[in-house]
Amino acid sequence: MLWDALTLQLGYNATLVTIGAALLGVSAGVTGTFLYLRKRALVSDAISHATLPGVALAFIVMVVLGADGRSLPGLLLGAAVSSWIGLLCVNWLTARTRLAEDAAIGAVLSVFFGFGIVLLTVIQTMTAGRAAGLEGFLLGSTAGMLFNDAVVIAVGGAVTLALVVALRRPMGLVAFDPEFAASSGVNVRRIDLAIMGLALAVTVVGLKVVGLVLIVAMLIIPPVTARFWTDRTDKMAMISGICGGAAAWVGAAVSATAPSLPTGPIIVLTSFALFALSLLLAPNRGLLAVGVRHRRFQRRVHMRQGLLALAQGQPIFERFTLTLLRRAGLAHADGVATDDGKARAAKALRDETRWQVVRADQAFESAAALYDGLRDIETVLTNDQIAEIDRRIGSPKGVAT
Amino acid sequence: MSLELAANDGVIPTGHALAQSPLAVRGMTVSYGQTPVVFSVDMTVAEGAMTAIIGPNGAGKSTLLKAALGIVKPLAGQVSVFGKPLAGERHRIAYVPQRASVDWDFPTRVIDVVLMGLYRELGLLRRIRGQHRAKAMACLERVGMVDFADRQIGQLSGGQQQRVFLARALAQEADLYLLDEPFAGVDAATEKAIIDVLKSLKKDGKTVVAVHHDLATVADYFDRVFLINTRKIAEGTVAEAFTPENLDRTYGGRLATGQIDQLDLVAV
Amino acid sequence: MSGAEFVPLSLTPLLIGMFAAVACALPGNFLVLRRQALIGDAISHVVLPGIVVAFLVTGVVAAAPMLLGAAVAAILSVVMIEAIRRLGGIEPGAAMGLTFTTLFAAGVLLLEQSDTSGVHLDVEHALYGNLESLIWLDAIGWQSLVDASALAELPVELFRVAAALVGVCAFLWVFWRPLVLSTFDEGFARTLGVRTGSVGLALVIVAAVAAVAAFDAVGSIIVIAMFICPPAAARLMTNRLNMQLGWSVVFAVLSAVLGYVFAGFGPLWFGFDNAVSAAGMIATVSGVILGLSALFGPCRKRLGAPVV
Repeated sequence: MLWDALTLQLGYNATLVTIGAALLGVSAGVTGTFLYLRKRALVSDAISHATLPGVALAFIVMVVLGADGRSLPGLLLGAAVSSWIGLLCVNWLTARTRLAEDAAIGAVLSVFFGFGIVLLTVIQTMTAGRAAGLEGFLLGSTAGMLFNDAVVIAVGGAVTLALVVALRRPMGLVAFDPEFAASSGVNVRRIDLAIMGLALAVTVVGLKVVGLVLIVAMLIIPPVTARFWTDRTDKMAMISGICGGAAAWVGAAVSATAPSLPTGPIIVLTSFALFALSLLLAPNRGLLAVGVRHRRFQRRVHMRQGLLALAQGQPIFERFTLTLLRRAGLAHADGVATDDGKARAAKALRDETRWQVVRADQAFESAAALYDGLRDIETVLTNDQIAEIDRRIGSPKGVAT
Repeated sequence: MSLELAANDGVIPTGHALAQSPLAVRGMTVSYGQTPVVFSVDMTVAEGAMTAIIGPNGAGKSTLLKAALGIVKPLAGQVSVFGKPLAGERHRIAYVPQRASVDWDFPTRVIDVVLMGLYRELGLLRRIRGQHRAKAMACLERVGMVDFADRQIGQLSGGQQQRVFLARALAQEADLYLLDEPFAGVDAATEKAIIDVLKSLKKDGKTVVAVHHDLATVADYFDRVFLINTRKIAEGTVAEAFTPENLDRTYGGRLATGQIDQLDLVAV
Repeated sequence: MSGAEFVPLSLTPLLIGMFAAVACALPGNFLVLRRQALIGDAISHVVLPGIVVAFLVTGVVAAAPMLLGAAVAAILSVVMIEAIRRLGGIEPGAAMGLTFTTLFAAGVLLLEQSDTSGVHLDVEHALYGNLESLIWLDAIGWQSLVDASALAELPVELFRVAAALVGVCAFLWVFWRPLVLSTFDEGFARTLGVRTGSVGLALVIVAAVAAVAAFDAVGSIIVIAMFICPPAAARLMTNRLNMQLGWSVVFAVLSAVLGYVFAGFGPLWFGFDNAVSAAGMIATVSGVILGLSALFGPCRKRLGAPVV
């Protein structure tokens, strides 16, 4: 059953929804990357919560006009309008008052959502207890979706993806370096607006699938995941898109297999699983790698400092330093250097002196830039250069071996 | 490992030659990520003197100060304050952070900021009384800011903000004053006011350490210098350590010779 | 309205709404100043999984374990946000969004998977509570306020939010100075020996406790709105912190009272006969107040260049 779902063999509607969700996931991942890089990830939270009054008002208007209140395109149009107003409110509050963006976001999301709830209770009155089904927009529901709705989602997903692909270059430029982008003729304000507009489009199209509380996850989690794997904007957008698409595909497919597996939560949890794996295992920025590297770095620092202290005949106060020296057979427990330690200490001190020459001489500027206090000088300079430096320093000094 | 060493871990043992200095730092290394900004630095601040910490941008001047105060966590190193561990001697230290490190839009008045300097005296719940206000006003008087006591801090100019921070440090009635770039972006009148206050502190036997970036005023303002570029370059009186050779080493030859000549350095 | 009608039907919901609003607004002042306004948002979302897990563990719908579960979830989420932010080097907003959506998703999934059909436990209730139902049936009028047997039947939520409010006030009173210091100038605070990390965590825990107590009565939407809107509006009214707290209390009470009244009686004025959601209306009113102070508040502008 699960396999059937993943390979799109669960009927026409489920297939359409799965494909639509995956396309949406890709565009959410890519758009979210630019949001994240512009440090505005949580603006999406305001956008998504601000859809609710729009959905409710659209329903009321459609009913008053005598149409079916549940028409998905109409509801989504309402959602888009009200979340756009919410976005304008966030921008207005941050630009015109002293409030910071986080307060503006929180205020807009809670107030719009609260107002939406009020309208939902009004609708309950209007429909005299008949469920209008608008609660589905809170948490999303793809079960029993109409064919037309599935088409709306598939087409919506495809259109947002097409827009994202078309705009990826300027968005990448702006996200990476807005000043450079402006100087090379990109209209930063307009591109920022486009990023917001795309986030809004993703939110609106995804409402019915994952619901307004969880749609932000599709915009936030994939870019954060991608950040662990690369430092390049374009690669990050690509990885993020893949993560988002995969999570949405799995989520939509899995939830088609059973009614007790709601689409939104499954998509979010799949996304989170990808994130957790990356957090732990990513080669450069993952926790394991960072932990090992930090530990190693700390050892190198203490070792170096210990050797320098030995060379200069200073006492070593730090326990960790002494332990390291002792384990390496360079010092005795009382802090006195062994013969081996004396030799290494003299070498360390000599390297220090060499580095000083290197850093004071502009001829060595490129080598001096690599100076971090730990690097062996042999890895940076040729033997000839070292010989030249030694000639300038004069005869070796330091602890005799 | 001997018990004695273990017991003194992290603190310079009493009885050591450096131990009585107002601020002694040994083997201090601080890194952001994998790049050390301060590496294995020893510093011994001379009591009753005014010391300038000098070095190029990003050379670890402020970081050294912050690590010595426990604001950032060092990778290695020990600190002693008047020969004792920092934790018990905090009341003897006053600190003036960089002006840009706080949000000046914070809803508070000048006098309230100065009263923050009395935190150790007031504790959690003791009421602020007339005597405390009087002390805060006296400190504002010393920096020439009495008329601004009721102003919202966001209404102040950069120089005035710096003076308020100095007044807060004065309220701490410390023995050791540590200032992070006190002259950055202030007007000439403020610079004069600040240096006058610092010199009067010195006259009272207090110790002053300031991160400083204007090489031209070093000899006028300070007695001693501490040159740093990730490593310690030199430490000593202005005459001993503020030499063209040391500056050249500090700024890695990037300081034009003309600039050094203009400094009117005492030849050694 | 007579006491015989007001006391049993409206007094307790009004009080609960007011206490909950103030209990959230007070710590909200510091959250807003510390640029952590959205911590309130995150906390109120993770309350749901906390409650669901508590239900699954104990198998009963009882207040104590659920409140505990919610509090644990709130604290867990704060720890998770910090861990992701620090360990992964992720910006705080994204770390928050990631954490609360994941925990919320887990809560919804658990709820769907478990058999909760027989019990009153659903997402809508968690979102917008049911303030209107917290009535005092045993009251017959103002005289019930001195009637011990009637007082014993007061809704237990009232005592809970009142206790939370007292706790919040006590915390702010005792730790006022370290809170202000570490919010304004963290580095300086540390040189004084203030444990700024612990102070920040304590603030978030107090906010979480207030959120959980309020949530139980009025749903999470009020919690978010009250954490942010009254303090934000108050910031635009004054440049003094203690005055700001005062304004935020006024705004919180005003939102609660007006919101409750509009929700209950507003629809009647327009010819409808059913009340609308009080929680939603309270949030809406707080938004209107914020909008007004953003337009007219005397201190709405960021202070720019020197005036002198």
